Amino acid sequence: MSLRTPLSRALGLGPAGDGTAHWWQQRVTAVALALLGVWFAFSILGAELGDRAALVAWIGQPLTAALLVLLVLTAAWHSQLGTRVIVEDYVGGALKVPLLVALQFIHAIAAAVGVLAVLQIAIGGR
Amino acid sequence: MTAGKRPLSPHLQIYRPQITSVLSITHRFTGAALAAGLLVLVYWLAALAAGEAAYTRALGILGSWPVQIALFLGVFAFFYHLCNGLRHLWWDTGRGFEIPQVYRSGWIVLLAASVLTLVAWGLLLAGGGA
Repeated sequence: MSLRTPLSRALGLGPAGDGTAHWWQQRVTAVALALLGVWFAFSILGAELGDRAALVAWIGQPLTAALLVLLVLTAAWHSQLGTRVIVEDYVGGALKVPLLVALQFIHAIAAAVGVLAVLQIAIGGR
Repeated sequence: MTAGKRPLSPHLQIYRPQITSVLSITHRFTGAALAAGLLVLVYWLAALAAGEAAYTRALGILGSWPVQIALFLGVFAFFYHLCNGLRHLWWDTGRGFEIPQVYRSGWIVLLAASVLTLVAWGLLLAGGGA
């Protein structure tokens, strides 16, 4: 016998209030990152990392720039989800919430700087 | 009461490590390492955008030997998290949960991540890029 009310079962959001949203976001970004990550690894391994002009020309291609923007955003979101759970699992007390907020800020900054850098190279012609 | 002083199951200090538990915590550990890797990626992109002088300086920092060791481990973390992440997605379909299957997929993940790391670094060093 379930002690849950019919309403709570219908809403299906559980005690955390957000149901399976976190789980699904983690899985979908994981699939995206598996594809983007393999693409990036292959590209970097084939590139001459010391040749800035060649790298700038590569990022200047629309497809490269788009995939790099998606890589940065997806990685930041996936990382934000994962590191949040680590803090929630191991950190208690007064440190927990400030640490969670700090993680959000760090990921937001990383995502913003990463996207702007790619756009600056691709559109700004740096 | 004395809840804070009670010993916690399963007594990690006398618990024999198993491939299941070790690979599980390694997934989380490599995930945390890759969060730092995201910052390295963003730093690399920002340096690239900032111009020739900034990029040369960044290559000097990324090419120094302590950072190279960290990057080598970071590449392993990437491939491990990738392979074990695919293992997790496979588990999500409800398959592969028999103990012999879990052990086998675990060893496959370790082997694949190690080989991919060595191949990647072989290619990087051969290309003279790193």
